[in-house]
Amino acid sequence: MLTEEEKKEILTEANQYPYPAAACIDALKIVQHHRGWVSDESVKDIGQILGISNEEVDSVATFYSRIYRKPVGRNVILVCDSVSCMVMGYEKIYDYLSEKLGISFGETTSDGRFTLLPNSCLGDCDHAPAMMINNDHYNLLTAEKVDELLDLYK
Amino acid sequence: MTKHIIPSGTPLNLKDYRKAGGYSGTEKALKKMTPAEVTDLIKASNLLGRGGAGFPTGVKWSLVPMEKYNSKPKYLICNADEMEPGTFKDRYLLEGNPHQLIAGMIISAYAIQAGKAYIFLRWAYKKAEAELRKAISEAYEAGYLGKNIMGSGFDLDLYVHSSAGRYICGEETALLNSLEGKRAIPRTKPPYPAISGLFGRPTVVNNVETLCWISHIVDNGAEWFKALSLTGTGGTKLYGVSGNVKNPGTWELPLGVTVRELIEVHAGGMKDGYKFRGALPGGASTDFIVEEHLDVKMDFSTVAAAGSRLGTGTMIILDDRTCPVAFIHNIERFFAVESCGWCTPCREGLPWVEKMLLSIEVGTGKMEYLDILKSQVKYMGPGNTFCAHAPGAMEPLQSGLKYFYDDFVKHINDQKCPWR
Repeated sequence: MLTEEEKKEILTEANQYPYPAAACIDALKIVQHHRGWVSDESVKDIGQILGISNEEVDSVATFYSRIYRKPVGRNVILVCDSVSCMVMGYEKIYDYLSEKLGISFGETTSDGRFTLLPNSCLGDCDHAPAMMINNDHYNLLTAEKVDELLDLYK
Repeated sequence: MTKHIIPSGTPLNLKDYRKAGGYSGTEKALKKMTPAEVTDLIKASNLLGRGGAGFPTGVKWSLVPMEKYNSKPKYLICNADEMEPGTFKDRYLLEGNPHQLIAGMIISAYAIQAGKAYIFLRWAYKKAEAELRKAISEAYEAGYLGKNIMGSGFDLDLYVHSSAGRYICGEETALLNSLEGKRAIPRTKPPYPAISGLFGRPTVVNNVETLCWISHIVDNGAEWFKALSLTGTGGTKLYGVSGNVKNPGTWELPLGVTVRELIEVHAGGMKDGYKFRGALPGGASTDFIVEEHLDVKMDFSTVAAAGSRLGTGTMIILDDRTCPVAFIHNIERFFAVESCGWCTPCREGLPWVEKMLLSIEVGTGKMEYLDILKSQVKYMGPGNTFCAHAPGAMEPLQSGLKYFYDDFVKHINDQKCPWR
């Protein structure tokens, strides 16, 4: 069940388009914002409120890389693995993170604190290597800097 | 264009931007010019699209049906989905001076008589999103957006749509599908968006940097704009350099500076201990240029004559301590992951190319792979796929095979990467 707050936010977005179905991506983002990910039940609820089939909602949800159809940790680390970051050594940062957290790309720590994901270019190529933790950008990464950053996210 | 931008600082608010001369072009266009006069001015300025393709902006606008201005609704979209690897120029404009973009969008919407405008923003640009939303609400309060703007009778609503990821959203027809809440799969052209775009209505999609120019051209005229470039094309350009140079970054420079000046003067030259081997001049989907091209002017036609594309003007440097096979593999992995999966050559071909490159890089490659890679370059070339995604992916591969062929062969003969 969508909360009243989620419903209100979705309908506000739907109002700026000629028909409600156009707000599908906005709706997925709203639900994910409140719950961390998008469950099968949420897919159904979104379909209902926007007047489209569950399958349509799911086809959209599974297309976009920043919509999570599986639960993620409390904090999501997105490591840029594109070419400028590769030249500037993202692989070392990934290896360090992976060893420290004991997880590989696509996995979540057993305490649910971090999920580690690869990400296409973050647009911070002049300060590579770069990553995001949740909505925050970090760049010019080193192992020491990664240590300090992880401490900020509980 | 970057005059009022303080790197990593706070952008000017509406009041201060107006004091600095901002929005004067917007007032001039809406109060003193007809939509056709604005379009003619932009045509005369020869402003070429800054998103990568370099299509003349005024010509794009002139394709929109204008009969008695009655075919509403029409839409203007700012493509701010900057996701080309190695590209970080639009972020600078969005975060640094959102009012410059809004001022340009109002004029552009007026020229095509669009009543609604969207900024299609990359999901990762959180700071830009916050600055844009703040600036838009200031513009509404000041009467630059909404009904009857400055008493001109022209109405415009402006929205920010923050994306949910995927490189293909930057392709203008895929962007339209995404804005309609669908999977971002490109559409058949024709019909072009100018005739049938967002929600089936006439739509113009322009890049951030392109739209940021509009109010300045209205203020200063077409001849002023043309005189800014070194090559007569018109304007300055945001150039960028990333990789192992002393001073990576982005700079506004006259269109047509040489590759050498960009790397040696602005980027400070290669870092000590690193040698230049090649560069992708305009993002990951452009052909390599090498040492013999250092004196090529960074303009649309001159980079094309050197066998590559100006693209976004943001250059990625390949140095001698980075393996070219690993470099190209990284790029092809990106394109394989980001393929929308709609057409077969791209969906199947890119992962195959990626696997072969990985195999060569880790030392299990065979000589015959090189011939298969060359044939894939042909099969995924222009005209064989639904959109420009796969042909773009083939550009660094085909030129990489040409300029770094010996490195590929050495990987295969030695069954290992010499850089590892």
